[in-house]
Amino acid sequence: MIFYILRRLLGMVPTLLVISFLTFFIIELPAGDYISNQIAALKATGESSSIAKLEFLRKEFALDRPFLERYLVWVGLWPGPHGFDGLIQGNWGWSFEYDKPVAEVVGPTMPLTIVLNAATILFVYVVAFPIGIYSATRQYSWGDYGFTFLGYIGLATPNFLLGLILLYFSNRWFGLSIGGLMDPQYIGKPWSMGKMMSVLGHLIVPTIVIGTAGTAAMIRRLRANLLDELHRQYVTTARAKGMREAHLLVKYPLRMALNPFIADIGNLIPSLVSGSVIVSVVLNLPTVGPVLLTALQSQDQFLSGFILLFVALLTLFGMLISDLLLAVLDPRIRLGGRAVS
Amino acid sequence: MNVLTIDGLTVDFKTGEGTTRAVEGVSFSVPRNRTVALVGESGSGKTVISQTIMGLLPANARIVSGSVMLSDPGLAGGKPVDIVSLDPSGPKMRAIRGDRIAIIFQEPMTSLSPLHTIGDQIGEAAELHRKVDSAQARELTREMLRLVRFPDPARALDAYPFELSGGLRQRAMIAMALICHPALLIADEPTTALDVTIQAEILKLIKDVQQELQMSVLVITHDFGVVANLADDVVVIYHGRIMESGSARQLFADPQHDYLKALLNAVPRFTMNAGERLVPIRPIEPHAGGFLVKERRKAVETGKPLVRLENVSKSFITRKGGLLGARPREFLALDDINLTINRGECVGLVGESGSGKTTTAKAILRAISIDRGRILYDCGDGPIDVAAMRGEVLKDYRRRVQLIFQDPFSSLNPRMTVNDILVEPYIIHRIGTAEERAERVRELMRLVGLDPRFLRRYPHSFSGGQRQRIGIARALALNPELILCDEPTSALDVSVQAQILNLLKDLKSELGLTYLFVSHNLAVVNYISDRIAVMCRGRIVEVGPTKEVVSDPLHPYTQALLAAVPEPDLDARLDFEALDARKASEPALWPEPFRLTDDDAPTLVELRPGHFACAPGLADGAMPAALMEAAL
Repeated sequence: MIFYILRRLLGMVPTLLVISFLTFFIIELPAGDYISNQIAALKATGESSSIAKLEFLRKEFALDRPFLERYLVWVGLWPGPHGFDGLIQGNWGWSFEYDKPVAEVVGPTMPLTIVLNAATILFVYVVAFPIGIYSATRQYSWGDYGFTFLGYIGLATPNFLLGLILLYFSNRWFGLSIGGLMDPQYIGKPWSMGKMMSVLGHLIVPTIVIGTAGTAAMIRRLRANLLDELHRQYVTTARAKGMREAHLLVKYPLRMALNPFIADIGNLIPSLVSGSVIVSVVLNLPTVGPVLLTALQSQDQFLSGFILLFVALLTLFGMLISDLLLAVLDPRIRLGGRAVS
Repeated sequence: MNVLTIDGLTVDFKTGEGTTRAVEGVSFSVPRNRTVALVGESGSGKTVISQTIMGLLPANARIVSGSVMLSDPGLAGGKPVDIVSLDPSGPKMRAIRGDRIAIIFQEPMTSLSPLHTIGDQIGEAAELHRKVDSAQARELTREMLRLVRFPDPARALDAYPFELSGGLRQRAMIAMALICHPALLIADEPTTALDVTIQAEILKLIKDVQQELQMSVLVITHDFGVVANLADDVVVIYHGRIMESGSARQLFADPQHDYLKALLNAVPRFTMNAGERLVPIRPIEPHAGGFLVKERRKAVETGKPLVRLENVSKSFITRKGGLLGARPREFLALDDINLTINRGECVGLVGESGSGKTTTAKAILRAISIDRGRILYDCGDGPIDVAAMRGEVLKDYRRRVQLIFQDPFSSLNPRMTVNDILVEPYIIHRIGTAEERAERVRELMRLVGLDPRFLRRYPHSFSGGQRQRIGIARALALNPELILCDEPTSALDVSVQAQILNLLKDLKSELGLTYLFVSHNLAVVNYISDRIAVMCRGRIVEVGPTKEVVSDPLHPYTQALLAAVPEPDLDARLDFEALDARKASEPALWPEPFRLTDDDAPTLVELRPGHFACAPGLADGAMPAALMEAAL
């Protein structure tokens, strides 16, 4: 087991290198870089006083070197102006847009991003599971049709539209401030009970908005999976033993229907960070999403590169975790080797 | 005294097209400690009856009238109960289900949950009905596994179903059904999915535990071999009505009803005379003509070798090992196979599942590549190595060799019409114009006895037998020489099986086809093939003319296989005492000179003219003739 995990971790290294190269390549695809764009803008307006400073920055961040070298300096496999100083050495880079190290830009948004997305995932599971089970066991009943209808509406409504509508009503009825994840007076203040409650109150709308589509999709998937399992022979076997229907349902078919969802955890973990870019922009949430968007637009390459790479790393870890969980929960995977063929 | 009395049972099914009557006015009873066989084709309503008894009818079924009385001293209150009057999911019915009446199903592969241990699943019934805690349930389960003769009951408790072979899984199912010592055991086609040797063991087991637990058994089957070996009484059902019932002896000796007579005539037997034909209930007449007869190409003469397998070996790498050290293991699927198929003959390839029969067929088809040896095919210009074929030669080979699949349900694309399915080979091989293709497709339909008007239908609207005929038509579309039949009748009822076998026989003589007929059913192979090759663990252990192999089997494995086939004849019941399947299929345990270890080459020795057996002990010819006689 330990050997297996070690092997998987080692296997991540080349994967990450390939991903980082692709990320860097794609980010650099548009012509120029942040600084050369700035220089061009300054030249166009005739201002040349700060050009020297920008030229210095270009050298400082090795942007004047060839593509491959730039990439290797970023990763930390090639000596830059300050020797080996890249991602591997723990230097996450510099954000030109914010004029701060990347770590300081991303860092503060991280906790709120994770809180928001974790709440969303929890919401999806808590709502989707009971409804999915209900729909599958009472297929073609009024309840099933009702939830199916709601689900399709959830899938079809644009997130941001739903978000705006909900924001309006929560402001009208509950007096919540529009946008953000807390009332304006708490921004920048130390944590207190009031700030906590304000954050919780502001979480409700984004959670529902981000979660609706996921919930609807999950209900459909769970229903389909469970329906497949419900007609399996082993369910009849359990019934023939005289088991109660509810007990039987949880022990056999539901357990089988869970596998795809465990496999899905791998995809959920990266979405903890990147799951809600557009909604966050629309609802003005202080999460990683809007930061990533602006970084991409202004070619703030070290910032966007770091965020993308971080998401990729989370994906790899998510896959590992879901593989391990699957092995723990499914004896066919765990013990496949002992089977007589 | 009867444990179960069914009286005037009528069951309707509500479907999209209205109401269909699945069972009508059925009455019969199951006496204490006796075995009753309910015999009929698929769709005759046998399973509906078992579902009614278990209270497990699907939601769209309705019991119109009749009663199902269960009388058993073990019932709460001790009074007889009418199962029909109980709420199927209510506590009273649940108390009966699994406790007083238990059931075993056809498919041991799918009837157990793959995620729970055997011990958990078996013990559950005891915990539900016997009010025992989990430790006691475990103890009871161990006891039960011993009763059904698990090799290592204590270890099996924590085994998962996929770790067990099909036979052991069915034993686990039986243990699960019997743990509460039911008054009635329903066995729904308990051995249909198993190999003959395993089937014989399961039949023996059912008989033994019945003696030991003093229970009644209701066997549902379409196999008269099973009936003859198990049943005291027989009930014959056809289209939801009882045709005939009585003691087994009475029914086998003097069948009254035409349907039963017809069914009995459709079963292939070893005692059939050469040239004797099966009589299917719905015979079909193939009409060969047109392009299939006219269009002849260069080919080898009848009786000359068409395909020759020379020292063919194939191993598969199974890469299973769980999380700890996934070490690839080599599994020898074919070990030094030598076999010749002559043009115009039918060679039967017999063996248990996993013996390499299908792999052999696939190797000839070049669907898989072989590791060692050669497969030579003679297109009329001398033998060519199949593995070396390229381009046009390979395309021509593909036209000459075709395959008929085992499962007529999954081998036809449900989204294609019959016409699409039959035209496809012509499109792939760019044969004919649209009109010619249409004409040929109609001809193919007539050839397999189907109405060309069905061409626009989709496969789901056909019965199993009809689908298999579509499969045959597809195989014939390119006018092949050699057809590899991979268990073409094992998914079909006896009466349909007879129909398909006769069709294959007629097609062979009319079109001059050559067959490699893969089957685990010796009686079927005996009926259709001219020569038989017996396979075990990837080796051919015996080859010879059909009649000789069947009447005078030389190899111990062939002998064991033949001894395990249940004959539909009360006077030729299986000798359960002599059965020992595990020993028979273990090459290292075969007696000298047949004993075969992993290092021995499986050499075939001609012991009778044209009749070979795998006997490494005689391979170098060093054994004196006298010893040889003694060994045989």
